[in-house]
Amino acid sequence: MLTAIAVFFPLLGAALAGLLGRPAGDRASQVASILCMIVASAAGIAAAVLLGIGAIEPGTIEITNWISAGTFHVSWALRNDTLSAVMVAMVSTVSMLIHVYSVGYMAHEDRPCWRFFSYISLFSFAMLMLVTADNILQLFFGWEGVGLMSYLLIGYWYYKPAANAAAIKAFVVNRVADLFFTVGIALLFFQFGTLSFSDIFAAVPSHAARHYELFGASLPVLEVIGVLLFIGAMGKSAQLFFHTWLPDAMEGPTPISALIHAATMVTAGVFLVARMSPLMEYAPIALSVVAVIGGSTSFFAATIACAQDDIKKVIAYSTCSQLGYMFAAAGVGAFDISIFHLITHAFFKSLLFLGAGSVIHAMSGEQDMRRMGGLWNKIPITYSVMWVGFLALAGIPFFSGFYSKDAILDAALGTPGGVAFYAYITGVAAAFLTAFYSWRVLFMTFHGTSRAEPHVQEHVHESPAVMTVPLILLAVGSAIVGYSLDGTFIGLHWQSFWGASIVILPGSNPFTHMESIHGVVKWIPTLVGLAGLATALLFYILVPRIPDWLATRFRPVHIFLVKKWYFDEIYDAIFVRGALALARLLWKVGDVAVIDGVPNGIATLTTDSSGEVVKLQTGSVAQYAFAMVLGVVILVAVFLLFR
Amino acid sequence: MNAAGFPILSLVTWLPLVGGAIILSIRGDAEAVARNARWAALWTSLIVFGLSLVLWVKFNPSDPGFQFVENVPWMPEYGLTYHLGVDGISVLFVLLSTALTPICVLASWEIIKYQVREYMLAFLILETMMVGTFCSLDFIIFYMFFEGTLIPMYLIIGVWGGPRRIYSAFKFFLFTLAGSVLLLLAILAVWYQTGTMDIATLLHTKLPASMQIWLFLAFLASFAVKLPMWPVHTWLPDAHVEAPTAGSVMLAGVLLKFGGYGFLRFSVPLLPVASATLAPLMFALGVMAVIYTSFVALAQDDMKKLIAYSSVAHMGLVTIGTFTFNEQGLQGAMFQMLSHGVVSAALFLCVGVVYDRLHTHEIDRFGGLIDRMPFYALILMFFSLASVGLPGTSGFVGEILVMIGALQVNFWLALLGGTGMILSVGYMLYMYRRVIFGTIVHAELKNFLDLSPREVAVFAPLVVLTLWMGIYPSSFTSFWAASIGQIVQNHQMAMLHGVHLAGMLAR
Repeated sequence: MLTAIAVFFPLLGAALAGLLGRPAGDRASQVASILCMIVASAAGIAAAVLLGIGAIEPGTIEITNWISAGTFHVSWALRNDTLSAVMVAMVSTVSMLIHVYSVGYMAHEDRPCWRFFSYISLFSFAMLMLVTADNILQLFFGWEGVGLMSYLLIGYWYYKPAANAAAIKAFVVNRVADLFFTVGIALLFFQFGTLSFSDIFAAVPSHAARHYELFGASLPVLEVIGVLLFIGAMGKSAQLFFHTWLPDAMEGPTPISALIHAATMVTAGVFLVARMSPLMEYAPIALSVVAVIGGSTSFFAATIACAQDDIKKVIAYSTCSQLGYMFAAAGVGAFDISIFHLITHAFFKSLLFLGAGSVIHAMSGEQDMRRMGGLWNKIPITYSVMWVGFLALAGIPFFSGFYSKDAILDAALGTPGGVAFYAYITGVAAAFLTAFYSWRVLFMTFHGTSRAEPHVQEHVHESPAVMTVPLILLAVGSAIVGYSLDGTFIGLHWQSFWGASIVILPGSNPFTHMESIHGVVKWIPTLVGLAGLATALLFYILVPRIPDWLATRFRPVHIFLVKKWYFDEIYDAIFVRGALALARLLWKVGDVAVIDGVPNGIATLTTDSSGEVVKLQTGSVAQYAFAMVLGVVILVAVFLLFR
Repeated sequence: MNAAGFPILSLVTWLPLVGGAIILSIRGDAEAVARNARWAALWTSLIVFGLSLVLWVKFNPSDPGFQFVENVPWMPEYGLTYHLGVDGISVLFVLLSTALTPICVLASWEIIKYQVREYMLAFLILETMMVGTFCSLDFIIFYMFFEGTLIPMYLIIGVWGGPRRIYSAFKFFLFTLAGSVLLLLAILAVWYQTGTMDIATLLHTKLPASMQIWLFLAFLASFAVKLPMWPVHTWLPDAHVEAPTAGSVMLAGVLLKFGGYGFLRFSVPLLPVASATLAPLMFALGVMAVIYTSFVALAQDDMKKLIAYSSVAHMGLVTIGTFTFNEQGLQGAMFQMLSHGVVSAALFLCVGVVYDRLHTHEIDRFGGLIDRMPFYALILMFFSLASVGLPGTSGFVGEILVMIGALQVNFWLALLGGTGMILSVGYMLYMYRRVIFGTIVHAELKNFLDLSPREVAVFAPLVVLTLWMGIYPSSFTSFWAASIGQIVQNHQMAMLHGVHLAGMLAR
């Protein structure tokens, strides 16, 4: 019941905000949507706590039948287990805080902003449907729903061409991954005869030996399903090769970047892998793919983040990189740690985005860090919460990120095998880069002398309370969530918390190996983090000539990073231009010249023979009779000949 | 005599013609004639729709056979009967036809200014022909109705169409006729072979395998043009571009379904061996339609052409689903047709809204409409998303069922058939962006008004239907579940018994 309240109140809020907007104005919409979100958040937290302490049992709320065709049955149903409840609590709470923050952030808009509140409430509904789905098709409903709202919100400022382009890009890139996801769903049904999670998971062990013919080889079917679903997750979670949409998505308003493109939607892929853990555990190759992609993304995105000058783009690439960590954890079989990092990341990353929003707000819309600097004493609250956020992101002890990121790296190190070690090495390298770009942002934005235009400098002001209060709450979360959930979410007693919602096979639990990591090895992630901090201090405070010197000395490397490894250029040349060129070719040559060439010739012949000024009606009857007789004669002949 | 207690199918079929006769008898000055013709057409179509709802209520979904049957000897010496009836496959198409007709009348209310009486008459005749096609259980009667739709549609495009209407009308007529002639020949061959034209009887008749292939190809020639399938689809974009809005609605909403209906009603049950033998060909054509026409849609500069090409791609999925011969695929094909009937009709109506205001559907002439027409922007967004198959809308259900059906046949069929998922997002959102988003640059758009109450009345039922079909599709799938189940079962039986037939074929 609590779950149903948490899921459907945001839908109500979206409807109210949309309906009230025009007649009653922005304020009514804001109040309606925020009240609904508060109810949802309270219900969500209550459900998670009650489930956590064992006061209520995991269960399913069956709503109604959705699709039936032959043996194919899918229901609308809400699943209430620990994994769902944790996600519901996090999503509804972060969303509620961001609703409140947006009241302040959107106050300077020229146009009415009720549309915005309706959208983010609807987004929250779709996200909650995703995490509470009881079958994978309903999960896909939420999946596409959040994709749609992401599209609409990236393109919220519809008069900006860049925003429109970014919105379409996000949708299309996600759809490419979704195609594989859908085929995976179809394969799941084909193999298991059901799409309900409980039924699939119960049947997984008996399907472990099944094979499926593909690419001329016989592959274990669970591996094929695992890889297909993971490709879907790569799209939504912006992993390597599918990441290009996420930085562009920063065209949307900043609260959106915090809510959708940091805390919730982009983590849906991680959630999917964790949700499918009972199946993924039987698909070791697929898990290796997850680990390799995750590790590669964590490193790759961190390198780009070091060379970007747009404050939001840095944080966007940082999100990519952190999602890579989560996949690396899932890939070595530590699904609980993966979700733990998802939760801590939700707090500190939405804090960082909202903090960046507060900076942008103070700077009259400026996002380029090269035109900032010296802000620390002008916007002190923002400055201090940003410190908290970056400390958590960089994994400095005892902030949230420290607990989850360390656990990921320990799990990777503790798991035997080359893939896990690869994930560890990339993860440690990324940890250094993370700390470096974190303090690069802090120093460039808040320290040194101001490089802004004079009229911008005059306007610099701290944000109103409606924005700073959510920031402070998120900062508190970023500071304590890791510590307070550490022993519950992960560790030896993980199973008493997660119950059956996450499955880790006894033999493959990395935690059994993690305990053996001692001494200096244990502190390597923290040490490289501090080294990254020190490097940033050296580069941007002590000897500020170094970055420029490096950029000119290693010019190709610098350009390679600034250009984001040229992914956009390559994709544009191959896919975008290629598709448009192919489209014109098929149309102008295929349709117009070839296919229409023949009938048009015939049409010209017949119209000529019947004269130009034949009246419509008589013309048609003549045509009709003539063609019919002709056809019958020819075809009777053909038929009799070949009979 | 049947569940309704009166000859309901005959009434629904012929009542529009009675309304047409009334319209013809209207006298007076031109203004009064036009006004009265509109109202008469609206009332006729609404009454017919109301009557057809009896089918919705009284239809027994658990019975896979024909219901509401009327059977009167017509030419007994030739074995021809006036035989009407609906089963799960046809009943919702009857309702689709009767539901779209009043919407078409409403959509043409102000924009048709000359020869209003004849225009309304054409639509009522069209309705009779469409309903008759779906109801008839005699092959000859079916053919007469099936071909009969050509005439009113030809006139609607040719008389009330755009500047190149004559070319388009001829093209439409010639393409469809060329195919239909082969269908007629095939029907005559069946008659010669079996001595009956009764469809209910024919469904239990076994035809020799060698003949099945020929018949299948002849049926295909007709249904492929109607559907339309690649590569005989090129008449469709031209016909749509020139047709008046309501003509496009009927064309996309109902007439295209004749092809898929033909496959489900005749090709698959009547010619099981040929269907199974030629299924790979059909899959190839279906996948080709999805990929090829989706790409072509990407390059279009005309809203109507773009939606027309997207229709071909959507119908490609129908082809794929039909020839999977499993329940998911067949039900998916049915659902896809029904959903497309609603969504593409709505999309053409959306184009009609701006066409009425600017008399063009070139994409570049628009831009930034969201500032002037926010409600219209919402409606167009909604139907664009339904068209790309967003879960929660009707488009998704058909698409996912077809993919699930296709995967049981072949992995690549599902993957390639699914590429429409990606491409459709590309072309629909690209069009939406150019028409709705951005800022207004063309001065003539600055005084556009948002949807009028009449236009809202046109769209409201379609929005409700699209959501209903997306969220609770069981209301619709339950109608055809039994009939589809029987087709699948019969097909499997025929395949078992058909082993020796296939052997004959090989010889």
